Amino acid sequence: MRLIVPLQGVVQGRGGLILGSIIPGALYYFFQLYLKRCRSAKPNSNPPSPSSSSAQLADLSRSSSRSNLSSRGSVGPVRVSARANSIAKPNASPYYIGLEMASEDPYDRFDNPDGIMQLGLSENRLSLDLIETWILENLERSMIGGADGHLNISGIATYQPLDGMMEMKIAVAGFMSQVMGTTVSFDPSRLVLTSGATPAIETLCFCLADQGNAFLVPTPYYPGFDRDMKWRTGVELIPVHCRSSDNFALSVTALDQAFNQARKRGQKVRGILISNPSNPIGNMLNKETLYSLLDFAREKNIHIISDEIFAGSTYGSEEFVSMAEILESEDFDKNRVHIIYGLSKDLSLPGFRVGVIYSFNTSVLAAAKKLARFSSVSAPTQRILISMLSDTRFIQRYIETTRERIKKMYVAFAAGLKQLGIECTKSSAGLYCWADMSGLIRPYNEKGELELWDKLLKIGKINITPGSACHCIEPGWFRCCFTMLAEEDIPVVIKRIQRVVET
Amino acid sequence: MLSRKARLDAHGEDSSYFLGWKEYEKNAYDDVQNPTGIIQMGLAENQLSFDLLESWLASNQDAARLTRNGESVFRELALFQDYHGLPDFKNELVEFMAEIRGNKVNFDPRKLVLMAGATSANETLTFCIAESGDAFLLPTPYYPGFDRDLKWRTGVEIVPIHCSSSNGFKVTKCALEEAYQQAHKLSLNVKGVLITNPSNPLGTTMGRDELNDLIGFAVAKKIHIISDEIYSGTVFDHPSFISIMEALMDRKLQDTDLWSRVHIVYSLSKDLGLPGFRVGMIYSNNETVVSAATKMSSFGLISSQTQYLLSKILSDKKFTRNYMKENRKRLKTRRDMIVAALRDAGIGCLKSNAGLFCWVDMRHLLSSNTFDAEMELWKKILREAGLNISPGASCHCSEPGWFRICFANMSEDTLNLSMQRIKALVGRIQQCRRGRVTHQDSGCNSRRRSFSKWVLNLCSYDREPDR
Repeated sequence: MRLIVPLQGVVQGRGGLILGSIIPGALYYFFQLYLKRCRSAKPNSNPPSPSSSSAQLADLSRSSSRSNLSSRGSVGPVRVSARANSIAKPNASPYYIGLEMASEDPYDRFDNPDGIMQLGLSENRLSLDLIETWILENLERSMIGGADGHLNISGIATYQPLDGMMEMKIAVAGFMSQVMGTTVSFDPSRLVLTSGATPAIETLCFCLADQGNAFLVPTPYYPGFDRDMKWRTGVELIPVHCRSSDNFALSVTALDQAFNQARKRGQKVRGILISNPSNPIGNMLNKETLYSLLDFAREKNIHIISDEIFAGSTYGSEEFVSMAEILESEDFDKNRVHIIYGLSKDLSLPGFRVGVIYSFNTSVLAAAKKLARFSSVSAPTQRILISMLSDTRFIQRYIETTRERIKKMYVAFAAGLKQLGIECTKSSAGLYCWADMSGLIRPYNEKGELELWDKLLKIGKINITPGSACHCIEPGWFRCCFTMLAEEDIPVVIKRIQRVVET
Repeated sequence: MLSRKARLDAHGEDSSYFLGWKEYEKNAYDDVQNPTGIIQMGLAENQLSFDLLESWLASNQDAARLTRNGESVFRELALFQDYHGLPDFKNELVEFMAEIRGNKVNFDPRKLVLMAGATSANETLTFCIAESGDAFLLPTPYYPGFDRDLKWRTGVEIVPIHCSSSNGFKVTKCALEEAYQQAHKLSLNVKGVLITNPSNPLGTTMGRDELNDLIGFAVAKKIHIISDEIYSGTVFDHPSFISIMEALMDRKLQDTDLWSRVHIVYSLSKDLGLPGFRVGMIYSNNETVVSAATKMSSFGLISSQTQYLLSKILSDKKFTRNYMKENRKRLKTRRDMIVAALRDAGIGCLKSNAGLFCWVDMRHLLSSNTFDAEMELWKKILREAGLNISPGASCHCSEPGWFRICFANMSEDTLNLSMQRIKALVGRIQQCRRGRVTHQDSGCNSRRRSFSKWVLNLCSYDREPDR
């Protein structure tokens, strides 16, 4: 259907030309529209019998591919939703491509020494041995054993509160406090448990924003946010660029600018999403920054979501300061602050699927509690973790040991990169470092960065995450996760990078 | 400050379904601590066969300890968060599902997507199939949870397909067409029909004719069929269960377009009595749906530890066969108990062959043929008899007077007690009616019917035709 727009006549302002071109144009337009409506409204007069379905099938297949091209699911025969079509497509982001390739050909020192080394997944494997020992010694008793040794499955088999058992909330609240240095305590009744931090953040988005609303997110940020916060909620993310000149520190001026620009575009900003400790940088926000953020949020009447999932994975000299700690000591409007947490990083248990929404806002908690039905934590897993997290002596030993091991790896890895002339930003937390390879890319832009990434993946057999996947505005930065490696693997990594860089 | 959805959600809990729950939580029955408390008969949970699972766990320490042949598998499980699911678990699941269907259908593990519970599976499938503002047709009465699970975050609407007691609440061609037209009147684009087979709350399975009518309808309108088959393993009586896949295969529709528009939702919450484990799944022949749902499952992955434990349980075929057989036997015994006891109290039930509940006819106890009278009766049953049951209105039943009563989530003694309470209440209601001819009584209403006429009605209703 062609749209005839007699612009010329209108622009030149000649009435005759306007009428002479618009009227036939309009008539033609409406005639086309009428024809189209007739075609699509024509009902199937007879339901096809099974034997005549092949002809039907041919017709239907053609229109099926047509609807895959357009994003309107309601034109032609009923298909799947536009959302499904877009999500089902293979993900083009190097973050996901790299993860997939590395998982298909994983490096193993003995079994597959030519495989791809995985430095693109922020997973902590350094202290699994401690947890493994605990599990071997305590598991069966903790999962279903009764006091008299008699097995009792009803405690894990039956329906449990869908936002988590109270004992689990108490245990997790205690763990959060322990892991953040016991400078702050968490109230179990303000927790909603979800099957991982991924649904936690999506659920929070559903509670705080309507479709089309936006969140300000400092860059570079975790690539998963694009999926978690946007896919099904219809929410937008507005990047607020941070630069290496400030060590990628967050500036309230930049937030303010981004907020005003959004307002000019007619976009309603509902909140700010920060990750603290930051992923992918690895730095922590200090008290002053947190205070300024709260002031900014209050001034604009928006929410703050603080993703603190790496809070326990610190190795520098600075102490981690949670949003909760700030709010405890100051008289701020607590209703606008929400914390995301989980056991995937600090406790190295991503497979067990435990995420946390912590909020001071009772309405948000009430809504999140109900939405938690779509992402509940498995009861047998809760039982084990209640036992483990309540063993505070073990947890203390685990936290201290993990920190030491992360620090050791960080120092060794950063030193290795330095040998190649690659500097990392000063970081004190997280399971990765933020490496500056801008001197190694040619040309100095995203294309050059992706070329280097590609070479490192396919030739060097190393998967690291390029800054563009994290929306970094400066090309050449890469996130390298080092906690999936053993210490002996570091020289191998360095050598492989060297090989690629020198060709 | 909050989203529209959150503000709506915050005020959603004033329906009777939830009121009953709240009262129960305040005053829960306990045979020792609180023998006059409220007995929970509104929860479709299967607690009848825990002993079988417990004895399996006692003799299979490996599985609970996360070891395989003495070697720890903990490390791989701790790190396993692949949304494609644990392969062993999926392989066992498809075999388990096939066995429930008498091996008349085979399932491909690559078409199975795991989710944290059928609740999550239903919502995800809705996200994959429909846009906001589209509609699904659902036969009434239906599970009250669908109003949340299918609609809340998806923005999809439900248009009811009205079924009536005149034909045992079966879905008819006429009812399907009427619902479709109704959706059009409301300017809603119908994307599919969602059936629960075996039905919740009816406890019946769909017959061959019914399924064929549905298939014909879906072909004609070019829409999807979602078959929620989470009670498929609880079929304890004739007729046997016919899965939607079996019905399609019998009509040789595997190579047609409809094949890629049929999806099954399943779970282990009812058949294995493990709702706390949060194990649900989507089975679909549609590649796009499988691919999109797999990625969306990131929002509700099943704990790897749970997947491992269940893969071990399901791999013990001797155990699962025995469990299913024994479980069905126990369910049938319970069902027979409750039906007999209700009959004794002058109350009839819809003839059922599956599920963890009965669909009970208390129309004769209503003061008037209205939903207000149904609510009045429900409150009486809650407050005077101390039983939390589900009124038909909460299931969108189009006729007042029907209730769902669950029988598998309590001990036999508790069930007997609940039946005694019902009988006593019915006696009081009928005495009240007999005595109200000459004076107003605050506890009774004023509608006149003779006692003998009611008894006659009950007798003729009780004589259900043999299937």
